[in-house]
Amino acid sequence: MPDEVIPSSLPDAQPASRFSWGRVLVWAFLGGLLLLLFFGLLRAQGTNVRIGKPAPDFTLTTYDGQVIQLSALRGKVVLINFWASWCKPCEDEAEELEAAWRYFQPRGDVLFLGIAWTDTEEKSLAYLQRFGITYPNGADMGTRISQLYRITGVPETYLVDRQGNLVYIKISPFLSTQEIIDVITPYLEQ
Amino acid sequence: MIIDFGFGATLIAFLVSIYGVIAAIVGSRNRALKWIESARLAMLLTFPLLTVAALSLIYLLVGGHFEVEFVSSVTSRSMPLYLRITALWGAQAGSLVFWCWLLAGFASAVTLRNWERDSEFLPWVIVVALTTLSFFLMLVIFFENPFSRLWALPNGEVIVAMFQPRQGALFTPADGQGLNPLLRHPGMIIHPPMLYLGFVGFVIPYAFAIAALVTGRTDDRWIRLTRGWTLVAWLFLSLGLLLGGRWAYDVLGWGGYWGWDPVEIAAFMPWLTGTAFLHSVMIQEKRGMLKHWNMVLIILTYCLVIFGTFLTRSGVLSSVHAFAQSAIGPMFFAFIGITFIASVTLLMRRWDELKSHMQMTSMLSREALFLLNNLLFLGILVVCFWGVIFPLISEIFTGQKVTVGPPFYERATAPLFGGLLFLMGIAPLAAWRHSTVKTIGRAIWKPTLLSLVVGIIWPLLAGVRQPVALLGFWLAAFVAAVTLYEFWRGAQARSHRAGEGMLTALWRLAGRNRRRYGGYIIHLGVVLMSLGIMGIEVFQTETQGTIPQGDSLTLGEYTVTYDTLAVFNTNDGRNVARAVMSVYRRGEYLGEIYPRRDFFFESQQPMTIPGLRSTWEDDLYVILVDWQPVSIQSATFKVYHNPLVNWLWTGGLVFILGTLVAAWPEKERARAIERAKQPAYVRP
Amino acid sequence: MCAHEADLEGTVNRTSSLFVWMLFFALLLLPISAMAQEATPYVPSDDEVNAIAKDMYCPVCENTPLDVCPTQACEEWRQLIREQLAQGWSEEQIKQFFVERYGARVLSAPPPRGINWLVYVMPPLAFIAGVLILVRAMRAWKAGTGAGTPSAVEELPAEEAHDEYLRRVEEELKKL
Repeated sequence: MPDEVIPSSLPDAQPASRFSWGRVLVWAFLGGLLLLLFFGLLRAQGTNVRIGKPAPDFTLTTYDGQVIQLSALRGKVVLINFWASWCKPCEDEAEELEAAWRYFQPRGDVLFLGIAWTDTEEKSLAYLQRFGITYPNGADMGTRISQLYRITGVPETYLVDRQGNLVYIKISPFLSTQEIIDVITPYLEQ
Repeated sequence: MIIDFGFGATLIAFLVSIYGVIAAIVGSRNRALKWIESARLAMLLTFPLLTVAALSLIYLLVGGHFEVEFVSSVTSRSMPLYLRITALWGAQAGSLVFWCWLLAGFASAVTLRNWERDSEFLPWVIVVALTTLSFFLMLVIFFENPFSRLWALPNGEVIVAMFQPRQGALFTPADGQGLNPLLRHPGMIIHPPMLYLGFVGFVIPYAFAIAALVTGRTDDRWIRLTRGWTLVAWLFLSLGLLLGGRWAYDVLGWGGYWGWDPVEIAAFMPWLTGTAFLHSVMIQEKRGMLKHWNMVLIILTYCLVIFGTFLTRSGVLSSVHAFAQSAIGPMFFAFIGITFIASVTLLMRRWDELKSHMQMTSMLSREALFLLNNLLFLGILVVCFWGVIFPLISEIFTGQKVTVGPPFYERATAPLFGGLLFLMGIAPLAAWRHSTVKTIGRAIWKPTLLSLVVGIIWPLLAGVRQPVALLGFWLAAFVAAVTLYEFWRGAQARSHRAGEGMLTALWRLAGRNRRRYGGYIIHLGVVLMSLGIMGIEVFQTETQGTIPQGDSLTLGEYTVTYDTLAVFNTNDGRNVARAVMSVYRRGEYLGEIYPRRDFFFESQQPMTIPGLRSTWEDDLYVILVDWQPVSIQSATFKVYHNPLVNWLWTGGLVFILGTLVAAWPEKERARAIERAKQPAYVRP
Repeated sequence: MCAHEADLEGTVNRTSSLFVWMLFFALLLLPISAMAQEATPYVPSDDEVNAIAKDMYCPVCENTPLDVCPTQACEEWRQLIREQLAQGWSEEQIKQFFVERYGARVLSAPPPRGINWLVYVMPPLAFIAGVLILVRAMRAWKAGTGAGTPSAVEELPAEEAHDEYLRRVEEELKKL
């Protein structure tokens, strides 16, 4: 009934006038653009980098020439650490990471991977030597891996379980060796 | 206590605005005045409620209540009172509250006006304003709550929550992190409020446009009603952009004022559509044409305002990626998408009613030139929008980020800006309805001749050889000549007729036709600004070098000598390295400048403040890049020579002055104007 | 408008062929500069480094050009550029190196390859589309969509339309 009493609101809508291909084209283009934008935003939300989802696959060439592919490491628990030689907080956890690596290394089913982000090779190597780091490290060529993981800075650490799923993300440095060990241990029993 | 109080006020404001939307729709559907009045009161109520919320937040900021997460993230003990107050807009959560408060204020002011003649608009204006308000309040309450507190859990973790979690104890840090040092500059303190005033102001014409579409009263009444609001919004937006540029020049330390980064562009885009709108509504007022187009422009402006609000909220955001990654990014995307689709659908329903009955008779008429002006503004908008979103699109296909930086924007927009300048010179000489090459030619030859002398021959004699610069100077001179000629022509005609002196005639003429002459003053401002822009774009030179004390760097005619450098701590938490340098030009001593680098302990952030020697002719801009921490024996400096850049700021002032002239309310003659304002085609 | 488009594409073409030539020359010059280096160690000036860094961006500080970015990461990049210049690398070689190592995002504008062509092509296309729409609309208006309504122009005496401006000034004076 309310509809009967509105004199001015919304008279019958008239269908848009003449049909024209030009108009269809323009709208289709705009629609397509919006759709693209939507997917772009969805992507930027990082929906593919979530705990419980498969970790994005990548290939890392280490400083000593090994080529390591993440997907080939099924059955191992992999810790991926992004760092840079100019990054002070990274220095805070460097020794702890190395200690944790030495703790797990004899087991053979744990692998640490260090990825140097936006760093020059010379400085990276000096950093590795300074902290006596022995686990495989490599440069993030073309910043591809960091973009895949959508890191927001360094240090950031990602843990991948035996099935290749992302199980843990840390956006700040580890405070102690024990903390690293505590994070990894539960996934060794699976 | 105050925390709950402030949050409560925000919550009530949210509920009241939702109620207001419903009441206004019900009232309008049933033509029930009671409901509409109730919605109006709800609108008016949001303002005091949000004032309470904002004041509570300011109280918390000033009082140093660091248990509130927002407070501890933007203030610290060492900050002075005025900075603690202005820290309200120092980060996202607070600036959203501030935005809501401004919107409530603007919308309330609108609802207080006399609605006698336009009562059918009222409910829909309320619907639009309150929908916008409730969207932002929803973000404040559910996603970016500035009243959230810090709680320590038994396991030592500290979490952020509005209400006490189980076993949580209130956690009060000893000190806050302090405001981002880059935001402590006076320019950055007034810049966000100006920008926000501009953003919020554009909600009003949009609300009226939607009201016009919904009610079917699609004549130009909505434009006339909102003309003042549009101009005020535009004034603040322009002022905000200018202040932002000045801030970048003074604080960011890269020798320029505009870096084409996404944040700047996000604030610039609504300005572009808003400017196009200001021009094209004149065609509708004078000629009853372009009704669709004006609707499209105001809808675009509104959507870009919402987009800009998000991207610029805190003043330091790196890219669209950061926009997309934040929690409220999708909300904004959805809100912009829904309002855009809803507005366009409404417009489609009224499409045929908006058909104009007028003809375009000449490609050289003023309305045709205004259309070209709109095309150019929209062209710049497309470049900006495309540049901002392209990295997202490119990433979908390649998985790789790309940077779309200044070279792209400069190259793509420079011809468009040039075209705009040219139109700015021609259009004032073209008459409405009809002009021919002959009529324009008759009016144009004198200013053209003058501009050739001033804009080409003079620079040539001064040694300018770059074709781009010569073209730019000529365009600027051309616009200036035409505009001044227009002033002269009008004043002369008037003084001739009324027997007044030229100056009196000019003054009265401008007073009679504020919008026209205000517009011309704005054009003159743009001419001056274009000189400053060309100064940096074409003539900027720079050099960098590491020099021991007593040595000097030379750039063009200038020599700067490194005298001393002092490194000291201040009592407000900074470590300052300040160099003293002597400036010589052609061997003549001009004075000292003090480039310095402040390091803020709280935020671990450096800030580069240039040593600046500014004249009408040029700026000498020196940055302290690096120094030996121990010996201070040698230091690295970067020296920029920025010719003409002062004209940019001067032009900005003229620009703002012109906008003030155009926007100044005309009281005593309001009624007469109302009559005169009627479009020519309905005048008897 | 057309000039705008031509300008944009022309520049793109020019830069890519310029690139090939520069690379060619750089390769030619490489042995010479290497010999020169043995004679006197060449230390590039800050200005030479900045000239290249000006058009580059490092991922650590987005939106701040490399030549003025104060972070340590950028400082190291500039140092790297300096070393490469000292070894006689050309600007294009240096940029190529950085693109390979750190991705295309280090360049201030996307390299015109693959999908990135779109960034340069779209704005001119959109502008041309705008011009076409405007021309069509103008034609339609000129043809007279409002055939039924009286045209305002016809009601106006011709000379008034010609100098409308002075007419309005006079009109205002009459109101005094």
